[in-house]
Amino acid sequence: MDYQLSEEQQMLVDMVRRFVRTEICPLEDNLDPDAGEIAPEDSERLKEMTRNMGLYGLGIPPEFGGPDVDVTTQTLLAFEMAQHRAGLYNPCYNVFGGAGLAQLYEATDMQKEKYLYPVLRGEKTSFFALTEPSGGSDPGRAIQTRGVQDGDDWILNGAKIFISGADHADFGILFARTSEDKTRNGVTCFLVDTDMPGFHVRRVVHTLRSTKYATEIQIENLRVPKENILGELNKGFAIANDRLSRYRIPYAAGCIGVAIKAQAMAIEYVKIRETFGGLLASRQAIQWMIVDNEIDIRTSRHICMEAAQKADRGDDYRTEAAMAKLLGSEAGGRVVDRVMQIHGGYGMTKDLPLERWYREMRIRRIGEGPSEVQRLVMARNIIGGSFH
Amino acid sequence: MSIRLEKPFQALTPENIEPIQGQLGVYQLADASGDIFYIGYAGGRSLFGLHGELKREMQENSDGTQFRCEVNMQYISRYEELLMLHKYDFGELPERVLNEYPHKIGVLSPGN
Repeated sequence: MDYQLSEEQQMLVDMVRRFVRTEICPLEDNLDPDAGEIAPEDSERLKEMTRNMGLYGLGIPPEFGGPDVDVTTQTLLAFEMAQHRAGLYNPCYNVFGGAGLAQLYEATDMQKEKYLYPVLRGEKTSFFALTEPSGGSDPGRAIQTRGVQDGDDWILNGAKIFISGADHADFGILFARTSEDKTRNGVTCFLVDTDMPGFHVRRVVHTLRSTKYATEIQIENLRVPKENILGELNKGFAIANDRLSRYRIPYAAGCIGVAIKAQAMAIEYVKIRETFGGLLASRQAIQWMIVDNEIDIRTSRHICMEAAQKADRGDDYRTEAAMAKLLGSEAGGRVVDRVMQIHGGYGMTKDLPLERWYREMRIRRIGEGPSEVQRLVMARNIIGGSFH
Repeated sequence: MSIRLEKPFQALTPENIEPIQGQLGVYQLADASGDIFYIGYAGGRSLFGLHGELKREMQENSDGTQFRCEVNMQYISRYEELLMLHKYDFGELPERVLNEYPHKIGVLSPGN
């Protein structure tokens, strides 16, 4: 497979790389090491820059006003956008805009008017609520939030956990069981407004990462009109599944981007740091760590690009996306760990971004489906059928 | 488990600050009657962590100011949580917080 960048791709990569180095990294010098946002005036200024670059709203389909950038190029840019302290969970502090909830592109016209277009205009924010206290890796069976029909409405009751952004959101996509079927076939996807009576964000769920924290939601007799069903009744799991597959490529790319940056830091450091009368770069133990990092980065990047190219061709990319997610998150963790080791005591401090990446990268092996589930997805696709 | 900071306030005095070490965490300041007028945190750039922040607050605030604090490595998410709780309990954020850190905070409805 040939990963030679086209002239246009190289130009875009160079442009975003320069943007990260000259616009994003200097701002972080004055932010708290765990900060998750920049000042509103900086955010607006930088968004104006990305609009002028023609890259605002990456991931938004061109027919909805986004730039016409394919998945492969978006992946190349995602490698670059992650290369700063907050880059894993806040790549470029979202100044390139977001695609929002991709599931809304398939929504009804009414739903698009009320939810999709305001998101694209930056007027509304959203959340995605799938995981429950009863489990997240097998949501089709774990979902216990119930939806019961009452006339033209549905009454929802239940709880969701590890939901990012629900406390700030105007609305969200929420999955509930709407039939007696205990499998994925009895799940429906609802659009819920956060100001609807019965919607509660009960607490912040504190984790290894301080920014983009998760929340716990409780739903108490939340009345939702049937017009707010996204997709078809009892077929909501397909929507969840689509989101999970689709998001694995950029998720992996973020991990790989951070690994690339950490490796660059290591290479720079070993050429100046002396121990026992010689540079770290001359020590075989260090050289092997650098080489192992490179192997991790190149193999995970290769699979990530393969997944992106298959997605662009319209081929089934589920196996490659799961492999990219698994490799990217695990390789990223190993790379950051080695780079911390190379930096010694400084690697543990908040003076460097490594300790933040180390904490956040650990989450990536769980978030968006743990490594074990990625293996399950691949096994199903490779062996065929569903042997479980 | 309560998510509010419920330990009793102490007077913001050198004796009470002395035992507090330079760890990361969050803190609240209240006036003599116990009304909270500031919520802050000691983050990764705070010199001497909570100890340093509270010492600075002592120099900048009047006698009678009280404080309570919590060591917390996840100081940003805990800080945001305390702001949301304050808004839920009292309807608005402390004025000094609004002036120093104007940003959109989330909405919690934690119950009592």
